Amino acid sequence: MAKTYQKPEALSDQPTHYCPGCTHGIIHRLVAEVIDELGIRGQAVGIAPVGCAVLAYNYFTFDFQEAAHGRAPAMATGIKRVRPDLIVFTYQGDGDLASIGMGEIIHAANRGEKFTTIFVNNTVYGMTGGQMAPTTLPGQRTTTSPGGRNVQDVGMPIKIAELLSALQTPAYITRQTVLKPKYIVRAKKAVKKAFQYQMDGRCFSLVEFVSTCPTNWGKTPVEAIQWAEENMLPYYPLGEFKLPD
Amino acid sequence: MGKILMKGNEAIGEAAIRAGCLNYFAYPITPQSEVAEYLSRRMPEEGGVFLQGESEVAVGYMLFGAAGCGERVFTTSSSPGISLMSEAISYIASAELPVVFVNIVRGGPGLGGILPSQADYFQATKGGGHGDYHLLVMAPASVQEAVEMVMTAFPLAEKYRNPVMILGDGLIGQMMEPVEFSDRLTSKPTNKDDWATNGMDTRKRKDRNLVKTLFLDAGQLEEHNLALKAKYDRMKQEEVRYETYNIDSDYRALIVSYGTMSRVCKTAIDNMKAEGFEAAMIRPQTLFPFPVLPIRQAASKDGCEAVISFELSMGQMVEDVERSVQGKCPVYWHGKAGGEIPTPEEVVDTVKSFVKTK
Repeated sequence: MAKTYQKPEALSDQPTHYCPGCTHGIIHRLVAEVIDELGIRGQAVGIAPVGCAVLAYNYFTFDFQEAAHGRAPAMATGIKRVRPDLIVFTYQGDGDLASIGMGEIIHAANRGEKFTTIFVNNTVYGMTGGQMAPTTLPGQRTTTSPGGRNVQDVGMPIKIAELLSALQTPAYITRQTVLKPKYIVRAKKAVKKAFQYQMDGRCFSLVEFVSTCPTNWGKTPVEAIQWAEENMLPYYPLGEFKLPD
Repeated sequence: MGKILMKGNEAIGEAAIRAGCLNYFAYPITPQSEVAEYLSRRMPEEGGVFLQGESEVAVGYMLFGAAGCGERVFTTSSSPGISLMSEAISYIASAELPVVFVNIVRGGPGLGGILPSQADYFQATKGGGHGDYHLLVMAPASVQEAVEMVMTAFPLAEKYRNPVMILGDGLIGQMMEPVEFSDRLTSKPTNKDDWATNGMDTRKRKDRNLVKTLFLDAGQLEEHNLALKAKYDRMKQEEVRYETYNIDSDYRALIVSYGTMSRVCKTAIDNMKAEGFEAAMIRPQTLFPFPVLPIRQAASKDGCEAVISFELSMGQMVEDVERSVQGKCPVYWHGKAGGEIPTPEEVVDTVKSFVKTK
């Protein structure tokens, strides 16, 4: 009997350390499927962030570098500038990319560096235990905003896809999610497009994912998906925000 | 090719190209911006990479990424910029990546000033970033020596898979001197396929490579630390470089100094000799590894009454001199800061003030 569904070659056999209901696993798989389908595993270099995905390299089967907090876009710049033939992507969370690494991502995007960023936004610092992030929603309780995010005190959450789309340099910027199967199908197309733009040497590309963190949100996986749909999607709308031409 | 007159900063840039390093990432800072200006023209001519990063923080990781692919790469900066890069330097040291850093030191702390200084000795030799690591640190005393050290730095960085820093004070960068370039290095980084993330298709071996610095298991991290220590110990055995001056005389004082300061000391030693007073000098060319044994031996010689560390800082290298001498002779420090440089007369007076017998 022919196999109709199997593990991508770009994905390893190792069980992940991610919590039940976390979307990292699905997003990893989408990236791996796209890498297989584009036949680029032998040229691929991933960059793991600091945060829950710091060990992402354990789940992929191609070259990887591990970044310091927020610096993955600078590393990707270094790799891509000296080896333009490699296919390079950063995999970053919201504390990593939108807080400590804001400088690196803006300048890499603005230079039009020809790499791809997978940006997983779940509104909290996951690995360090659920602290407030630049993307935490107004009123959202975290371990460092126990009374809920007070926007009078710390401002409104940053919308990364919109912010980067304001840059004049050509880029592919999109926001997706994997909360439901219909979203997953669309998200995979976006990831593939992002890598294709890179392979064509056309532009910087970033796919933001509206994601969950059941553990630090204090919710079950099902509740977390529901909460994300009801609260995150209105503030972080899905769609393509910038196309290269 | 004969001697040409060249500014230190430009000569350093040209030397890197001749060392086969065609990848340069940097951020402007006085007094070394001429390197970036020079290479913004020369790298494209050579088909190389020139990129002005958005900050020294980012530049540090551009170096990490590029070196992680097994490509020769370097940067130049000055003191506050090296502070910003120090995070990346710690990661680069842990990941064992061969990157060459040039620090054209200016006065500090803080913004300090833009004049020559040796105040980054501690930062270069004792850490700067976090964790147990060492850079291999070389200190040139002339533009010619800076060129030669740049040519040596890349193969050394690759031999040890360790970052190398060239610590030159502001004068080395700003001064024009005659300089002669040797032939281009033809050696290439070897065995990078064993560790570099240069893409699996690039290699014969088909398993993937990881460049990482996280060791969550205590035993594994200690193993990593022990392997690094073994490497630093090997450098101490094999890479100590120094120059002696008037060491065969019956010297009564031993001077230890490096870089620009050592040139003033040479003049002072000549002047003292003309007056019938003998002093000798050891000039460390590597600050890590430090010439511990040569200094101890020279300080132990009969008739040597004082060992004096002359520095363009408030007394940093003197701590290494003290641990080298191990009490075999009194150790003193004399230095200036802020861009001030002791004159030969001041060196002579200082040396004589520490020598008690008439």
